[in-house]
Amino acid sequence: MKKKMKLHRLVDRTDLKLLVWMTFALVSGAFVTVDVTRAEYGDVVINNYSDDVGMRPVIFPHWFHRVRFRCKVCHADLGFQLKAGGNDINMVKIIEGQYCGACHNGEIAWSVEHCNLCHSATPGTPTQVHESTLQKLVAPSDARKASGK
Amino acid sequence: MKFAHDRRRLPMSLRGIAALFIAACVMASAAIAADPNAFNRLMPNQSKRNPPPAEDGIHDPVNDGTLMLQPPKEAFGVLPKSASGNYVDWVKALNSGKIAPRYDRLDPKVEPIVMDLDIVREVKGSMPDVVYPHKQHTEWLDCSNCHPAIFIPQKGANQISMAAILLGEKCGVCHGKVAFPVSQCIRCHSRPKTAPKAAEGGVQPAANAQSKSPKGVNAGK
Repeated sequence: MKKKMKLHRLVDRTDLKLLVWMTFALVSGAFVTVDVTRAEYGDVVINNYSDDVGMRPVIFPHWFHRVRFRCKVCHADLGFQLKAGGNDINMVKIIEGQYCGACHNGEIAWSVEHCNLCHSATPGTPTQVHESTLQKLVAPSDARKASGK
Repeated sequence: MKFAHDRRRLPMSLRGIAALFIAACVMASAAIAADPNAFNRLMPNQSKRNPPPAEDGIHDPVNDGTLMLQPPKEAFGVLPKSASGNYVDWVKALNSGKIAPRYDRLDPKVEPIVMDLDIVREVKGSMPDVVYPHKQHTEWLDCSNCHPAIFIPQKGANQISMAAILLGEKCGVCHGKVAFPVSQCIRCHSRPKTAPKAAEGGVQPAANAQSKSPKGVNAGK
């Protein structure tokens, strides 16, 4: 009898009700207000070094580039590996004309002084291929984190 | 006894805040639930497809450069539609001349080296067999992009499964990342299985595939 009384006193009924309602409200709110990111399929975030040096990570929009160039130009001629984050790209190499620098030299495309056009991701966004099957199937929570939500 | 009981209640001010919180959450839910057709069965809302960079969730909206980038819709307007990915059929866009991407970094006149060879892979399950067209792939890619690192250019040398593809290997190196997503099953699984009696008759898959094909088809396994 004494035990039962204790349990009853542990959580007041009114408070319990309040707790249940708050949980319900939170859960329903989460379902309604969930806002998945919907950047373009194939957008690659490159954050090999950016965050560490206080720059925004780079977003490479595949869609924009494939309108202008076939895959082969970057992935065969320029040596870009077919893996997000799999290329050891840095600004020195770009200025020397490697990787992005093969075109982003002020002649074919904008030059390196337009930092914020490429370094345009929300700080803390990890390296990823946005909307990829792997991202959706294997690590949906990472994907949400990736979007900075 | 009564006193001890009361002490376990939340202070009145906290209760007020909690009640307000509940009201706000429920009202927010109710406002959206007012439209009986608002629930979109987890499909992305069409009007929210291809948003401008500042609203896409990965670009930093406070970055001035973000606002200078081209919104995808501006480029996609004239391109053939597709059901997923960028919602653009890139192969049709290329074939119809709606886009003319360079094959060479500098010279816009360089023509791609296209190889027209279909590879039929007879799949184990009930899905239609896979026809792999070299033509559409070599329009975009160089042989060295796939051979020999991803696919050994030899019949029967490549073990491919949907599991591997979903994990980003084999076809999944591009499909599911940038080329059309794996949700478009029948774009690859495009050749209906041959009648069961042909299999019973002991017809070799390779010979079978070749006889069915309009243009020299190899059977890959």
